[in-house]
Amino acid sequence: MKNYRLQLMVCAGTACVSNHSLEIKEALEREIKNHNLENEAQVVQTGCNGFCGAGPILVVQPDGIFYQLLKVTDVKQIVEEHLIKGRPVKKLLYTPPEEKTPIPKLSDIPFFAEQTLIALRNRGLIDPENIDDYIARGGYKALAKVLTSMTPDEVLNEIKISGLRGRGGGGFPTGVKWESCKKAHGDEKYVICNADEGDPGAFMDRSIIEGDPHSVIEGMIIGAYAIENVKQGYIYVRMEYPLAIKRFQIAINQAREYGLLGQNIFDKGFDFDIEIRRGAGAFVCGESTALMASIEGKPGEPRAKYIHTVEKGLWDKPTCLNNVETWANVPQIILRGGKWFASIGTGDVSEDPWGGSKGTKVFSLAGKVNNTGLVEVPMGITLRDIIFRIGGGIRDGKKFKAVQTGGPSGGFIPESLIDLPVDYEELTKVGSMMGSGGMVVTDEDNCMVDMAKYFLAFTQAESCGKCIPCREGTKRMLDILEKITAGQGTEEDLVLLEELSNAIVESSLCALGGSAPNPVLTTLKYFRDEYEAHVKDKKCPAHICRQLNTYKINEKICLEIGHGCDVCKKYCPDGAIIGERKKVHYIDPAKCGKCGACYDVCNFNAIYIE
Amino acid sequence: MGKLKIEDLDKISESVRKRISLREGAGKVKITVHMGTCGIAAGARNVMTAFLNEIEIHNAKDIIVVTSGCAGLCSKEPMVTIEYENQAPVKYIELNEEKVKKIFDEHVLHGKIVPEYALSIGSERIQ
Repeated sequence: MKNYRLQLMVCAGTACVSNHSLEIKEALEREIKNHNLENEAQVVQTGCNGFCGAGPILVVQPDGIFYQLLKVTDVKQIVEEHLIKGRPVKKLLYTPPEEKTPIPKLSDIPFFAEQTLIALRNRGLIDPENIDDYIARGGYKALAKVLTSMTPDEVLNEIKISGLRGRGGGGFPTGVKWESCKKAHGDEKYVICNADEGDPGAFMDRSIIEGDPHSVIEGMIIGAYAIENVKQGYIYVRMEYPLAIKRFQIAINQAREYGLLGQNIFDKGFDFDIEIRRGAGAFVCGESTALMASIEGKPGEPRAKYIHTVEKGLWDKPTCLNNVETWANVPQIILRGGKWFASIGTGDVSEDPWGGSKGTKVFSLAGKVNNTGLVEVPMGITLRDIIFRIGGGIRDGKKFKAVQTGGPSGGFIPESLIDLPVDYEELTKVGSMMGSGGMVVTDEDNCMVDMAKYFLAFTQAESCGKCIPCREGTKRMLDILEKITAGQGTEEDLVLLEELSNAIVESSLCALGGSAPNPVLTTLKYFRDEYEAHVKDKKCPAHICRQLNTYKINEKICLEIGHGCDVCKKYCPDGAIIGERKKVHYIDPAKCGKCGACYDVCNFNAIYIE
Repeated sequence: MGKLKIEDLDKISESVRKRISLREGAGKVKITVHMGTCGIAAGARNVMTAFLNEIEIHNAKDIIVVTSGCAGLCSKEPMVTIEYENQAPVKYIELNEEKVKKIFDEHVLHGKIVPEYALSIGSERIQ
């Protein structure tokens, strides 16, 4: 093996790949060859680094120099300056917003420095397509420990002590779930990894699979051992995640080759294997019973859960389903002990498994925040720390308005509650939820009625249609919201909206309907003034709902700066603009259809919203 | 490799250890080759290659070679700074391939400073 002095870790997560990181990798290899450095510098592709907003990313080790927003044309300079002369290229380093001095080292950048990594511990450090890299970072050691020195009951007990709870949404204690499945009658049981992540703006599970697939596989093998009578596991991934599917398949093949999956693992008489099942990308298939129906080849629809899936799940056999991140935590809990895991986070789980939130949680930070990306933080950290310290605050110096946690059916949390600790119970108390870990930040330019409408439109479209409250109820809610944003809402509509929301929450078959009204309920609670402005004053305070806007032309700007350019007139579909070239233009309010086209096309910002 | 036994995990881990420890930035010894214009002109490139060759010959692990800029004493180039685990950094001056061999054998591998090639022990204080 060669003695490289430098390793160039190119991020090959989906976000960076779509920004041409693989071309950058090729250019690096070419340029390194041109300078005869191929025996000194090695280019490695890694999984997602998390700082997707700064991609494509390159980290030069051993110094940990962090390059961001790279282009193929930057490569030559990096090789000539940094690799040959040892001088990091300043203009390609990260500079925090509102500061002037760049930060060269990854570990000094607040986005990375403030995180605690358990599920993402290998990110950016291993090649996800090489099992040896995972093993060198302590991989499959937990499995070896389990098979040589622990009984299934001891493994289960360790998970119970850790206080680990489901990371996919519900927050159900993992140890309790495993135990119920273990106690269920049957000599044929299954474990499933739920990777049907479908929330808009969420990519935690995808990044874990793309960056460290073996951590999930190892977790599942350990789970199968603890539950007993499990010979087969499935991972259910949506077709929209081709890279995750590819890397997972490579990982499964490598694990099989090493005998870590299959018959008689480590010669300890334990058999287990995993297969991938691809989903068609229906949001409802993230619900456990719908997911299992889909694996069986039936329509992906949930069923009532009088009998839990741990009793009768896949093919009516006892089945233990956990989320990607939950499984990825398992090997670390086994290696470092349940007590260590339980020392991180809030509350106390020694008596009551629901008594606290332990360990870390991965969030995908999206929306109007400076540092968008994937972050892993200890439970109990405040929303303020996530958004302002790690996330670097709001873009363009705007004012924070609210954050939505938990995906499309999570609630919006206003600024007054921003010091809330991130904890399953605390988030539920204010009307939102932990969910799978989506976090969408909004600023003063967002209309909360419009945001609620957007997310409800998503869940409405994804409703499977099996039960009436969800199928019909969310449709009617959406009608009302459309009416309000079009300026035809009444005060009675707000009452009806609230009533309908509560009825849907109460009576839906599964959690999709049960949580879909959350964005509406929380915005009604925390931003009622915005709803009232829409229905009473027929105004949208954030100027987002165009039917409520009154467009006007600033005569001075139009004439003096724009010289009556006439562009708005060309684009107006209603013929509402009066004027000719080199003269002031006006909008005829009687004809104006309020589409906002003139506002969008004016190059001089002469058109304003009253 | 076919089916693994538990002992194989450590073997694999050991064999790829070198490239992984580089990523973790954790080595027992850190060799900094000063490669400012002055250093390069005086032959720092050959000095670095010599260190890399030594690492290969000895199949040494946990050693990190990094480059940095001019150390400020251009007349004494090529220079390197060697930081052995838990010891103060040592600067060596006016190096060539012969000297590198000796420094590698004694200091890098065994933590024994070679005083005849050393400029000073310790680092400047950074304000």
